Amino acid sequence: MPALAQPERVVSVNLCTDQLALMLADEGQLVSVSRLAHDPDSSAMVEAALPLPTNGSGAEEVYLLNPDLVVAGTFTDAATVQLLRDLGIRVELFAPARSLDDVPARLRQMGDALGRQAEAEALVADFNARLEALTVTLEPRPRAALYYVNSYTAGDKSLAHDILTVAGFDNISSGLGMGWGGVLALEQLVMLAPDVIIQGRDYPGQARAEDNLTHPALTALPGTLMAGELTDRDWICGTPQVLNAVEDMRALRLSMEPGQ
Amino acid sequence: MRLFLTLLALCAVLFVASLTSGQITAGVSESLAALFARDGLPLSVVMQEIRLPRAILAVMIGASLGMAGAAMQGFLRNPLAEPGLIGVSGSAALGAVLAIQTGLTLVCPLALPLAALTGAVLAVLLILMLAGPRGASITLILAGIAISALAAALTSLVLNLSPNPFAAADIVFWMMGSLADRSFVHVWLALPFMAVGWVLLILSGRGLDALTLGEDAAHAMGINLTRLRLMVVIGTASAVGAATAVAGAIGFVGLVVPHLLRRFVGARPSALLWASALGGAAMVLAADIAVREILPQRDLKLGVLMALVGAPLFLHLIFKTRKEMA
Repeated sequence: MPALAQPERVVSVNLCTDQLALMLADEGQLVSVSRLAHDPDSSAMVEAALPLPTNGSGAEEVYLLNPDLVVAGTFTDAATVQLLRDLGIRVELFAPARSLDDVPARLRQMGDALGRQAEAEALVADFNARLEALTVTLEPRPRAALYYVNSYTAGDKSLAHDILTVAGFDNISSGLGMGWGGVLALEQLVMLAPDVIIQGRDYPGQARAEDNLTHPALTALPGTLMAGELTDRDWICGTPQVLNAVEDMRALRLSMEPGQ
Repeated sequence: MRLFLTLLALCAVLFVASLTSGQITAGVSESLAALFARDGLPLSVVMQEIRLPRAILAVMIGASLGMAGAAMQGFLRNPLAEPGLIGVSGSAALGAVLAIQTGLTLVCPLALPLAALTGAVLAVLLILMLAGPRGASITLILAGIAISALAAALTSLVLNLSPNPFAAADIVFWMMGSLADRSFVHVWLALPFMAVGWVLLILSGRGLDALTLGEDAAHAMGINLTRLRLMVVIGTASAVGAATAVAGAIGFVGLVVPHLLRRFVGARPSALLWASALGGAAMVLAADIAVREILPQRDLKLGVLMALVGAPLFLHLIFKTRKEMA
């Protein structure tokens, strides 16, 4: 692959590429981040993102920012990506992280895209060192369930699963063949009787879809600890911030020593 | 009496079947024993906290919708008058959505059924105003379509304006209805309002019987028509409002059930009221079993099944009405 000139005006249209770019971009290189980057519930890097203007991820808006590189997620609207490419703009797509191993890969990909390989290697080394320090075997391993809005749970091929596993838990949906994730009916969750249930975050406003998080059956199991909400922003993107999630879960695990 | 016992037995069988169907499979006797166990075991929690309230709600909601359909049809003397079709359920859903989205339900949970009831009352009054007490089918249906469309549009608008990313997906729930993962909280929330509705509708039975002879005859028999109208309006709104508040708008129950049972009660509205209540309970129980057996993991909406059964019957009724008019 021929070495590309370092892009000068980079626009990010995806929450996760926002954060990777914020960590790696040279001063002035990143000109706009997606709207979610300014939302403290979604983004782990709000402070770094606040000085930058946000965009609504639409092709028209992004094109008018006159970027020479757009960084987007593989789930970014395909029509938007195609339109920008047709307009002659380079678009680099980042797949969502499905495991902790994906984090160094995404950092390197962003380093390559921005022409900031050395900075990326430094972050990768940091990440690996921090992860290694956190990887201490704890026994026994409580069975934990992640339970989100609409009874969604993370499967064993997901970043959230890796976070739980490294922190010393067994993910209750392992072996259910869910892949990234899927619906774990309330009945199934109760029958699996997890040692701990960790809930997805409460979104602003109300939705009937969130009722499953407050169902009385969840608190009716005597042996199950309701561990509250997880900090969503640290869980969703394959950035070194996932280690904050691992630390949170490790603290939870240590607070659950047998007999407590 | 035979009809009463048959319907009661049908409800009892379906109630047990509802209790034993779900995402997890356990033996029937084992499941039913877990219903009364106080051991905190997972199966007991599933039976007591998830399946029992769901089955009870199916009975309550089916009875409410069936009875409300029979009452409206008796009062308007029109077999097409049904809470779902004429926009009462949709307006109740709008009221419930407004109560949830404005945060009123966080302050006071009772705001949910109350707001749904208010929406339902407004819709019934509008229908009576637009279609009149002796309105022709065409006026009734047109008024119903207008009210349903308006309520659905406003419900979608409110949910799309919500800051919650999942609110827009709730549109399906409010329009089609579902009993998935409801709890005793919802049973206690809806029961008082439904009970008031049932009592009012049953009490209106004598008046509805008299009304079959025409308004003048009913008047001569000492029926106070204003009072009868008030009882039907409040009773219907109370029952349908509470049902919609906890399970969304479930259509066609009040259309199909009275239509099927009318011939067994000699077309007497007062008898049709309780027969439709039992029949409605059986129909919602059966539909709620079916949604779990067909697609256990997907939360198939009750309204889908109801429409599959109800829409052809609706068309049949329209053809019949057209022939009578010709």
